[in-house]
Amino acid sequence: MKLTLWTYEGPPHVGAMRVATGMKGLHYVLHAPQGDTYADLLFTMIERRNHRPPVTYTTFQARDLGGDTANLFKDAARDAYARFKPQAMIVGASCTAELIQDDPAGLAEALGLPIPVIGLDLPSYQRKENFGADETFLQIVRALAKPVARTERITCNLLGATGLGFRHRDDVTEVTRLLALMGIAVNVCAPMGSSPADIARMGAAHFNVLLYPETGESAARYLEQKLGQPYTKVVPIGVGATRDFLHEISGLTGVSAKVDEAGLRLPWWSASVDSTYLTGKRVFIYGDATHVIAAARIAATEIGFEVVGMGCFNREYARPMRAAAKAYDLEALITDDYLEVEAEIARLAPELILGTQMERHIGKRLGIPCAVISSPVHVQDFPARYSPQMGFEGANVIFDTWIHPLVMGLEEHLLTMFREDFEFHDDAGASHHGGKAVDRVVVETVEASGGDISQQMTDADVAVLTETHWLADAEKELKKIPFFVRGKAKRNTENYAASKGIAAISVETLYEAKAHYAR
Amino acid sequence: MSLDLPTPNLATRGCRDTPVLKQRGQREVFCGLTGIIWLHRKMQDAFFLVVGSRTCAHLLQAAAGVMIFAEPRFGTAILEEKDLAGLADANTELDREVARLLARRPDIKQLFLVGSCPSEVIKLDLARAAERLSGMHAPHVRVYNYSGSGIETTFTQGEDACLAAMVPTLPQTTARELLLVGALPDVVEDQALSLLAAMGVGPVRMLPARRSADLPAVGANTVFALVQPFLGDTHAALTRRGARHLLAPFPFGEEGTTAWLRAIADEFGVSPDLFDQVTAAPRARAIKAVAAHAQTLRGKSVFFFPDSQLEIPLARFLTRECGMTAIEVGTPFLHTGIMGPDLDLLPAGPVISEGQDVDLQLDRARAARPDLTICGLGLANPLEAEGLSTKWAIELVFTPVHFYEQAGDLAGLFSRPLRRRAILRKEAAE
Repeated sequence: MKLTLWTYEGPPHVGAMRVATGMKGLHYVLHAPQGDTYADLLFTMIERRNHRPPVTYTTFQARDLGGDTANLFKDAARDAYARFKPQAMIVGASCTAELIQDDPAGLAEALGLPIPVIGLDLPSYQRKENFGADETFLQIVRALAKPVARTERITCNLLGATGLGFRHRDDVTEVTRLLALMGIAVNVCAPMGSSPADIARMGAAHFNVLLYPETGESAARYLEQKLGQPYTKVVPIGVGATRDFLHEISGLTGVSAKVDEAGLRLPWWSASVDSTYLTGKRVFIYGDATHVIAAARIAATEIGFEVVGMGCFNREYARPMRAAAKAYDLEALITDDYLEVEAEIARLAPELILGTQMERHIGKRLGIPCAVISSPVHVQDFPARYSPQMGFEGANVIFDTWIHPLVMGLEEHLLTMFREDFEFHDDAGASHHGGKAVDRVVVETVEASGGDISQQMTDADVAVLTETHWLADAEKELKKIPFFVRGKAKRNTENYAASKGIAAISVETLYEAKAHYAR
Repeated sequence: MSLDLPTPNLATRGCRDTPVLKQRGQREVFCGLTGIIWLHRKMQDAFFLVVGSRTCAHLLQAAAGVMIFAEPRFGTAILEEKDLAGLADANTELDREVARLLARRPDIKQLFLVGSCPSEVIKLDLARAAERLSGMHAPHVRVYNYSGSGIETTFTQGEDACLAAMVPTLPQTTARELLLVGALPDVVEDQALSLLAAMGVGPVRMLPARRSADLPAVGANTVFALVQPFLGDTHAALTRRGARHLLAPFPFGEEGTTAWLRAIADEFGVSPDLFDQVTAAPRARAIKAVAAHAQTLRGKSVFFFPDSQLEIPLARFLTRECGMTAIEVGTPFLHTGIMGPDLDLLPAGPVISEGQDVDLQLDRARAARPDLTICGLGLANPLEAEGLSTKWAIELVFTPVHFYEQAGDLAGLFSRPLRRRAILRKEAAE
């Protein structure tokens, strides 16, 4: 038993729904109690889909439990076939139905429906949403993809895009365009956009592009083994990764990796002098492993941030995550407990968080700007406009998205210069964000210790403060430091004081520390 | 002019005797756990601990608009493989998690162990666990238990189960008191209390109370009024304690609020003059505010999918005060006793349905092409895409809609989708 307040991933049958909802002509019959239909709203509200997910829920109740839930399932499956006439059906159980052990796969088979019926075995009490999507896609591919003749020209399949995926819709478009620049066509994109009939002709492609390992890797491995299709290992998020991706495909196909990069703007936007202020900004990165690993590379090498912490919630990818973190001399944080993530962010006091919807909330609470780079996301991260993460346009989108939460370059300087101005000060917030600017409140007397600062203390701070404390003048001076670097200055000063055995932090200590940590 | 209710026209029958259409199939409704979303905000020293699965936790954050991220006073103790395989004693695990939680949240005075589908299927005895934990953490924390599972409860029935679980533990009293039952937004609760105070009705107690110290006592001299129509089990539990229910239409709209207040006023011997004096001004305001929206709603048809059990009283409000025609009024569960006065007032004509086969009901809605469809979040966008105007039902539970001052807001929730559609059409035509 584990206490959870918020979760990064839903249960595995929600992963199966993401596959089913991304596809066409497939229907999912889910043995589930009343209430599990809540999952429909993830698609109809958060993703704004204009169709119901292709899912039939058996809706058993307490009074059915002693009786015949198995027949309830059979009726539901039969009715769903008659009403929706799918090309294929997937059947499975949600967490509660798993406990009553009705064997949906066996029951569905006994119905003798004239279509392929694919049983799913998704252990709800062990695994989570991404596993559910990956496993469901694998089972569909196993059941339907058969060896067929390769297409004459070089084609590939795109694997892993699902319903409710972070920017999957636009990534698919962008990668399709990118491949077209090399003269390579897409045979089938799956699960998103494909029908069971399309799955059957996946074998015609020469190779597979694995867009999202979290939801497509098992299928990619299977297709490599059974149909001899190699798959790409580089996920093309960021300029460097996109170029690596093109080279990888060149290696697989012999086609030149040289493509027209005319639309790519990130490198110049990053090199132009207005971006100088981004240098060495401390970022913390959290999300699914694929997006985090890609984001860390962009942050460190394409924007010039300093990555101070990174990690992922999906343990399945702990190994590559740890290896990637090592490259930045970091220990990866692998946890699905957002309280641990919050504590780590508080401890590191980064200047920017790149994370999920969870980290956006953490950032809001801690007063740290945040840009979203990974699921889980909310409705505002399904934008109307074209905004991929992958390919060259994805790199452009990422530059804009990450920079937006920050105070702009010259504004940052002005805030530093005129930080005691009554109108233009850091509590007023960045000028391009919403929210009303507030007048500066001047506090004349500051208590010798505690005051404002102690109220914002984290547990880690308390440990430090048992040995060191801030003198009134130093605390006042600290408040003059703009908010976007104040956390770091405070932490550095305290660490410096602790390392030097200084008990009382003075203004002198503050500037000693500043010089010590100067970069 | 007297502000008395018009005598129901005997020529137009109500819906009390309308045969109820009952179908069995897929239900597109929330389970009772969802009630935690508003209950944990209402009871400020309570924590709701769901003993369930990852699905339960995911539901709560999805239903809460995916993380309205105040530190929530609810959480899920997620059952894991070892809890099911009997390797771990689930009770020991639960005790440990509760102890950890209470240590982190010393402000918590009431803890609700909330049963879920999986905890019920594996027959985890949360009643005994609550007793045991109450003993361990008394007197600082009182531990209750109820079921919010989908196999037992639909959406708002979770609140009913929660309140019904509290009733047996309420202290005994012989005082003659009025008890208002059902969670209301604070602003609405205050309005109700001030109307009752102006009529000299009191003392008035609330269930649930904002804080555990304010929990009411109950006894043979207690009379209670329900402010929500979905409180059948709580009604039964209070009746068992000797309390007496003041049956009335529910306080939605001018008419419902007046009838509801009148039932209380009559019980407490409030003179008609005083009643009119207290209610005249807010009644006039409510009528005026509703009229503005009724211009949009009058003559339009409405179709209710089952959701919160508010459907019957709301259909009564929309037909009688806003001039709409009801085609179908679906409700997850129809308690004819409690709902009787509203059924009497609802003009005969609509199909009254209980439970759901969502595919068949969608067929009926598509055939009827109502001007406005009231439905859950899973159906709203798909129906909009088919050209039907919809109002998501959950907003009716998450918005202050009771009593006079909210009557206009309530009508506005229904008129807005129609006005919006008209605006967007105009724009698109240019």
